[in-house]
Amino acid sequence: MTMLLAVVSGFIMAAFAPWITPRIRPVAGWFYALLPAGLFAWFATFLPEVAAGNSTVHGVEWVPQIGVNLTFLIDGLSLTFALLITGIGTCVMAYAGGYMKEDPNIGRFFMSLNAFMAAMLGVVLSNNLISLFVFWELTSISSYMLIGFNHEDGESREAAIHALILTGMGGLAMLAGFLIIQHLTGTAELAEILGGAGAILDSGMYKPILLLVLAGAFTKSAQFPFHFWLPGAMQAPTPVSAYLHSATMVKAGVYLLARMHPVLGGTDLWMFLLTGVGTVTMLVGATISLMRTDVKQVLAGSTIMALGALVMLLGIGTEIALMAMSAFLVVHCLYKAALFMVAGAIDHGTGTRELALLGGLRSKMPMTFAGAVLAAISMAGLPPFIGFVGKELIYGALLEAPRMMIILIVSGIIANAFMVAVGGLLAINPFFGKLKETPTAAHEVPAMMWIGPALLGVVGLVFGLMTAADGNQISSHIVTPMTEAMMGMPPASGEVALWHGFNTALLLSIVTVAIGVAVWKFWWRLQPGFAALDGLFFSGEKAGYVKFVDGVMSFAGWQTRVMQSGYLRRYVMVMLAMIFLATMVPFFRGGAFAISAPVFDSPYYFYEVILCMVIIAGAIGTLMARHHLVLIISLGTVGYSVALLYVAFGAPDLAMTQFLVETLSVILVALILIRVPEFYGKMSKGSRMRDGLLAGGFGLAMMLIILALGQLEFSQHLTDFYAEASFAQAHGRNIVNVILVDFRGVDTMGEITVLATAGTGIYALLKLRASKKRDETREEGESA
Amino acid sequence: MNSLILKTGARFLVPLMVLFSLFLLWRGHNLPGGGFIGGLFAATAFCLYAIAFTPAEARKIVIIDPRSISGLGVLFAITAGLIGLLSGQPFMTGVWLDIPTLDGPVGVGTPLIFDIGVYLVVIGFTLTTLLTLDEEPL
Repeated sequence: MTMLLAVVSGFIMAAFAPWITPRIRPVAGWFYALLPAGLFAWFATFLPEVAAGNSTVHGVEWVPQIGVNLTFLIDGLSLTFALLITGIGTCVMAYAGGYMKEDPNIGRFFMSLNAFMAAMLGVVLSNNLISLFVFWELTSISSYMLIGFNHEDGESREAAIHALILTGMGGLAMLAGFLIIQHLTGTAELAEILGGAGAILDSGMYKPILLLVLAGAFTKSAQFPFHFWLPGAMQAPTPVSAYLHSATMVKAGVYLLARMHPVLGGTDLWMFLLTGVGTVTMLVGATISLMRTDVKQVLAGSTIMALGALVMLLGIGTEIALMAMSAFLVVHCLYKAALFMVAGAIDHGTGTRELALLGGLRSKMPMTFAGAVLAAISMAGLPPFIGFVGKELIYGALLEAPRMMIILIVSGIIANAFMVAVGGLLAINPFFGKLKETPTAAHEVPAMMWIGPALLGVVGLVFGLMTAADGNQISSHIVTPMTEAMMGMPPASGEVALWHGFNTALLLSIVTVAIGVAVWKFWWRLQPGFAALDGLFFSGEKAGYVKFVDGVMSFAGWQTRVMQSGYLRRYVMVMLAMIFLATMVPFFRGGAFAISAPVFDSPYYFYEVILCMVIIAGAIGTLMARHHLVLIISLGTVGYSVALLYVAFGAPDLAMTQFLVETLSVILVALILIRVPEFYGKMSKGSRMRDGLLAGGFGLAMMLIILALGQLEFSQHLTDFYAEASFAQAHGRNIVNVILVDFRGVDTMGEITVLATAGTGIYALLKLRASKKRDETREEGESA
Repeated sequence: MNSLILKTGARFLVPLMVLFSLFLLWRGHNLPGGGFIGGLFAATAFCLYAIAFTPAEARKIVIIDPRSISGLGVLFAITAGLIGLLSGQPFMTGVWLDIPTLDGPVGVGTPLIFDIGVYLVVIGFTLTTLLTLDEEPL
């Protein structure tokens, strides 16, 4: 239960955020940083147990009948992710408080941000495949709200929809894969599935499962060719980019692959797909990062590169590759989040993110500069930072790759060299050199905003120094448990150490740094060349996707034009004809035509006869009315008489509802009809015959059905149950109401939700029509 | 509509009708009535006011935006369900209290909160639709 509370605490905070935030605006950042900080401390208490090699399952049941439970698994993999999410979350919340201080919608922002944190925690901690899917989709939705936060901007909305549709499609495929797994193994609980890996590998369903799960992972983690949503997502406010689109949400796909490794990994298909896609993504990302001059776009490209590298390492799948992946994951989170925050700080402090316009900010923004330098050195992979340790491990893994070693090593060198260049672009170009003119006079940002990058940069240094010691905790508490979770057994070799001696990996690192420095030096000349590759790496895929979506939309438009002509009478005609056929065909085939006399012998009262005659008179009046007023009154007469019939048969609630609904319907119809012209024109004889036949036939059908129903034995079972249970269990004597609000309460809740939504929709449609009309009349007035 | 009789009549009838709708709401569990009927009745009352005067005036006496009323109603309904959840039972289980009164203990429970939610949603939906239709030229 405590674990469940820990995970959903973000949702609870999110529910109150819109009210609290405007009231605590100056300290909102510090306030919201408290929750992730507390969660970080709490999760850290699990470290010793996980380091000892134990994994634990917590949680509660949810819908045990279909095997869906809210259970959570704490092992090396999930704990590391949880610590990253909460730790970086602390920094981001504080940062966001400073970045969004002036924004009027700051309450909504923190609501979505907290909801995202809870959803992400749910994804990485979840022990049940189906609840993992639920949290996965929740991250997609909160990401959509956050990317499209500046909803007045068309580009933001577009980027948000792109991300949502892509990750949503992938998520749906992933669910299909999960359901097949549940069907094969009989359970959706990960702890059990991971134990019995053989069942899936041996069955014939391995390939479909793998492809479906990969669809989910690749779309979420922006792998080629689904990578193009990530640069678009940079439309979001920078705290969002720092949190979601660098350190956490995009890692969800990588997490999924890592989590599924014991069950799906190790086969040739796995290795081929992951290594191939990962390497291509890595190169594509590295190229994209040098194509652009906007700092955030550069960082987006480098994020794609890192995600590709992680997937590639998962594909290689050797023990050292998995250790490298674990280490690099942490490394990347630390420096990427920090650099994004620096980018946002530069934007805040100078008003621009274009590299061409930035220079010499070292003196004006010293604390931001410090954070940038620390993070960039880690990114470039220079000792003694943890980035160096991560890079060494990657090269070590590539050198021992079972296949395609040369290609992988060359790709690795290229990608890492480009990262060195990017590090230089971010830490050196804006801060050294002459102070340039910027839209806003350059000034340092408040403490809330520089403390995050500085802290993360220092952690990168401290972690790196820690690995210099033997038996260091980075190895025992983070990398080893993570690798163990992925491999299903403890790794044999294995220390993560700062210095391994003069070996090939070190040589490769030196070569990388050299190439990287050269690329950085000549970047201004190389950049247009890179930008020319835009069509191949970026716009091409995006255009393909846009064409696909446009195709779907135009098909939907054609189909709607065909089926929804806009004429109300045509819809009614189709409905009546269909109901007539659907009821009468089985009726006659079933031989239910025989309606025996007893129905006609049942007693009746004179007032019922009078009411029926009034109803018939009203119906005839409706048909023959020449004025709207007469039409409305006749309709009302029919309705009220039916209500009186209900009274005659002893159904007061029903009668009251009918009276009120009839009154309101009459008002509604009146409101519409008074604005519609009185004279419609004459209808042809043929169409009047057709309408008459249809209406008459429909009426006849209804009459036959009601007569036949009167023949049936009426089982008193339900009546007796409700008569007894209504007072005994539900404390009420009005059975109708008790059924509505108690026995079938969830039904009613669904109905009122539909009502509320329909009301909003009607309001929107009416206002849309009205504003269109106003625009038209205004244009006519102007052109006249 | 510019009818003095209607205006005067509405001024007296509307408060009475709203009171009656509340009465229908509260008696619903044991006698004919309930949330739906009460809500429709209250909505009819405000519609009468809107016809006698103008929709803008009706909006003024409703005070809260009808869309917010329907949202509030859904919130009430979900809260009623959550109370059942908090007492350790499945969602939407009825939780009852016995309130001592002069005539003996009276049962008050979460179905009442749920019914109030239904009441508010019906008012909200009906007023949104009718008032907007009345205001906007089609």
